[in-house]
Amino acid sequence: MIEMKKVGKTYPNGVQALKDINIHIDKEEFVYVVGPSGAGKTSIIKLIIREVVPTEGTIHVNGTNLGDLTKKQIPYLRRKIGVVFQDFKLFPKLSVFENIAFALEVTEEPPDRIKPRVMEVLDLVKLKNKTRHKPRELSGGEQQRVAMARAVVNRPAILIADEPTGNLDPETAWSIMGTLEDINHRGTTVVMATHNSHIVNHLKKRVIAIDDGNVLRDEWRGAYSYEA
Amino acid sequence: MKRNTLARHVREGIKNIGRNGWMSFAAISAVTIMLFVVGVFALVILNMNNLVSAVEDDVEIRAFLESDTDAEEQEEVMQDIAAANAVENVSYLDRDEGLDQFIDSLGSEGAVYESIRDENPLNDALVIEASTPEHTEALATAVNDYTAIETVEYGESILTQLFTVTNYLRVIGAALIIGLLFSSIFLISNTIKLTIISRKDEIEIMKLVGAKNSFVRFPFFIEGLLLGVIGALIPVASLMIGYFYLYRFLDVQIPFITMVEPFPLVWQLALILLGISIVVGVWGSQMSVRKFLKV
Repeated sequence: MIEMKKVGKTYPNGVQALKDINIHIDKEEFVYVVGPSGAGKTSIIKLIIREVVPTEGTIHVNGTNLGDLTKKQIPYLRRKIGVVFQDFKLFPKLSVFENIAFALEVTEEPPDRIKPRVMEVLDLVKLKNKTRHKPRELSGGEQQRVAMARAVVNRPAILIADEPTGNLDPETAWSIMGTLEDINHRGTTVVMATHNSHIVNHLKKRVIAIDDGNVLRDEWRGAYSYEA
Repeated sequence: MKRNTLARHVREGIKNIGRNGWMSFAAISAVTIMLFVVGVFALVILNMNNLVSAVEDDVEIRAFLESDTDAEEQEEVMQDIAAANAVENVSYLDRDEGLDQFIDSLGSEGAVYESIRDENPLNDALVIEASTPEHTEALATAVNDYTAIETVEYGESILTQLFTVTNYLRVIGAALIIGLLFSSIFLISNTIKLTIISRKDEIEIMKLVGAKNSFVRFPFFIEGLLLGVIGALIPVASLMIGYFYLYRFLDVQIPFITMVEPFPLVWQLALILLGISIVVGVWGSQMSVRKFLKV
């Protein structure tokens, strides 16, 4: 599903975010990517959705070599990958409903199929009663769930969540995890970048630990760190 | 593009004007003010040109015939002159008529000359209009060479000065309009740019969610078009109505100032202003969106 071979990324300002990353993630897996801030977690996500290009190595997503992708093909790649961004990236002037519907509109989904599908995912994230609210009228946890609803509305093969529990109270964080597991059980590959050791240690999944641009560990049912 | 998607883009373009209320207001105001200024200047300069042309057209050559020429000779000279390229029109002016005109042109003071009516000092004359006012001088010299012509008059000294002044006026007018047009295009497209730069993040999100460039651009195209149309409404309407009434007013009050007829002028001006405004609106929005599509 996702394969990174010898991937390195140095940004134009000289920062070397990733050095030698080798990762293979299979279909329907649930993977934590852990590591301290600045370890390179977000860079990996940006590479997968082709927001940035690697300076070295190759990346395959869904069988496609991202290096061969033309500019016109990028939108089609992104439609197959749902991303819950760390800062949510919701449209501030659009309602909850419009925010989620947007992801369907870009695929030119017929209008009569947009509404039922949006309501379906709003039901999944339990926000059916807030369709008309603007993002700023929602709590952090609610905005997080809107972002998640938008990420899955296109039934993507891969769901990537960047710190989806960051800045949330434990209860909300666990409910978000429940939703992610739910989505994973329906057949979606889930990649979650996090530094929430509590969740990683309690909800055991594969753990890929990144530090200083390298893969430190890659363990099936791993822990956040050896000390934990 | 599917019809549904096109409808969606148009809807979004319209909604975006409301969603970005103050920025849209700023852009529309910029269009309104600049088009108004450009329109007023265009009308002033057009009329100035018109006035200048009217003065130039009044320039004519009077070629006085020798008193001993007979009708046949006069006719021959007249036809010969009329055949020349540089000549627009030649007419015969009887010496009595010439005196009448002279007396009339002096108004109330002309009465003094009534007494000389019996001993009219003028000769019969040919009144010649040059096809272009600039040809007047050369034409006058050529006409003077006919033996049947005694003297030629065409207001030599005034004419050279007049042409210098009118040419300057035309150049200044054209420069003003072009300069104004460019600065307003710059100002309008900049204001539209600002409304889009403030939405840089939204464009980035659209791209990250999987929107194609054309999908991002189209609503901005509609928005730019609408900003142009809405911004043009007030200046176009007020200039059309204002010019029409000003024309009617001056026609009665100051009849010797001949303004350009309001129709079809105001329609042409309206179309040009609307066209500029739409082109600048669309161009401004598309150029600014383009910068943010590289996500």
